[in-house]
Amino acid sequence: MTTTADTVQTRVASPLRSYTDGRPVVEACGATVREVLADLDRRYPGMRFRMIDEQDRVRTHIRLYVDTVPVESLDHRVERGQTLHLICALSGG
Amino acid sequence: MPKHTTLWIGTRKGMFALRADARRRAWKLVGPQFLGHVIHHVVQDPREPRVVLAAAKTGHLGPTVFRSTDRGRTWTEARQPPAFRKATDGESLRAVDAVFWLTAGHASERGTWYAGTSPAGLFRSDDGGETWEPVAGFNDHPMHATWIQGPGSPIGQLLHSVRVDPRDTRHLYLGVSSGGVFESIDGGGDWRPLNAGVAADFLPDPDPQYGHDTHCLDLHPAHPDRLYQQNHCGIYRLDRPGERWTRIGAAMPRRVGDIGFPIVLHPTDPDRAWVFPMDGTSVWPRTSPEGKPAVYTTTDGGRAWRRLDRGLPRKQGWLTVLRQAMCADDELKNLGLYFGTTSGEIWASRNEGQSWACVARHLPQVFSVTAGV
Repeated sequence: MTTTADTVQTRVASPLRSYTDGRPVVEACGATVREVLADLDRRYPGMRFRMIDEQDRVRTHIRLYVDTVPVESLDHRVERGQTLHLICALSGG
Repeated sequence: MPKHTTLWIGTRKGMFALRADARRRAWKLVGPQFLGHVIHHVVQDPREPRVVLAAAKTGHLGPTVFRSTDRGRTWTEARQPPAFRKATDGESLRAVDAVFWLTAGHASERGTWYAGTSPAGLFRSDDGGETWEPVAGFNDHPMHATWIQGPGSPIGQLLHSVRVDPRDTRHLYLGVSSGGVFESIDGGGDWRPLNAGVAADFLPDPDPQYGHDTHCLDLHPAHPDRLYQQNHCGIYRLDRPGERWTRIGAAMPRRVGDIGFPIVLHPTDPDRAWVFPMDGTSVWPRTSPEGKPAVYTTTDGGRAWRRLDRGLPRKQGWLTVLRQAMCADDELKNLGLYFGTTSGEIWASRNEGQSWACVARHLPQVFSVTAGV
């Protein structure tokens, strides 16, 4: 697997895997969470809007972490070797 | 080849289809599709029946629209689902929580669709639902925040019942819960409230211009100057160019009342309509009055109503039918009527409501039932 300097691993929660052909881990590029999400949306069209609303807010039942650090801003920096976790918080019934 | 009725069913846990045989006696349940998704509305394009749109979201994920171009066999997601424009400094941050309503556009505008959302927004697609744009004339109307206030419903404000005048592509109506009925005569560029005569007994003003709770609005397809609405506060009719609604629900039996969610019109006869009354007394159970479900029909524009309950539970039937969950097909000799319940049943009549049979049960909570082929 070829990785570039700003490639990060992204762990994808199961409700979003319809976009990644079922893969739980995918790669995307970017120096910030915003850039990684934009790249994910290029690779997997429609995925970003299911997590991030049109005002750039993370949706209520979505949580983002870089490694174990909660993402407070889409401008949160990510480094090579880190993992972005896309997590669906408990909801529904 | 005879066309067979298909019912498109949106539920809280996915989408189903019920396909009838030629006599509408046997029904085959197909699905689920999008299991686990909240499906508020599924609508087949009357201009191009191979096209079907479904409004979807899940408990976790944001809203979207799925499209089929092969009558529901395969689906793809809209490339650009309905979304408000990015707010500028100082503006409230509006985001679509759910796509609640879908309407195919005018017969002459193939590919045009309208969507209503929660919170209350109007969106338009001109490419068959692939991409959606906000209708700025409504969403950014200077009065929008004044017209539409409060939570509206347990799932928020709802924009629904988008209706296009079959004589004029630019003449539109819509309903908002809560907000009322609004009309545009310029293709959505400008809007005005159209609520005179409608009660809003949850507001302090006895005769407000807006703020009403329209549950379901329809325009008669063959006589488009006639509008009907089932409101939180009764059943109404308006004959344009009139401006003042008449409470035709006043002729309903007092013990039943005229509260409900859906109203269904006959495809050709403007005097005929069907409603499904619910209990709107005390704390508003919103179930069939006295646990005895019935459809009521009028054949004279609401001057009189007749009970239709043959085949429905005689007692202990506490049914709730939501605003998108009742419809008619287009079999004019013996019109088919259908409704779905929040308890997961689909009921069908193939004789204009004279008798009813349960054709599916054990489904998730039914949000919408629409007829297609």
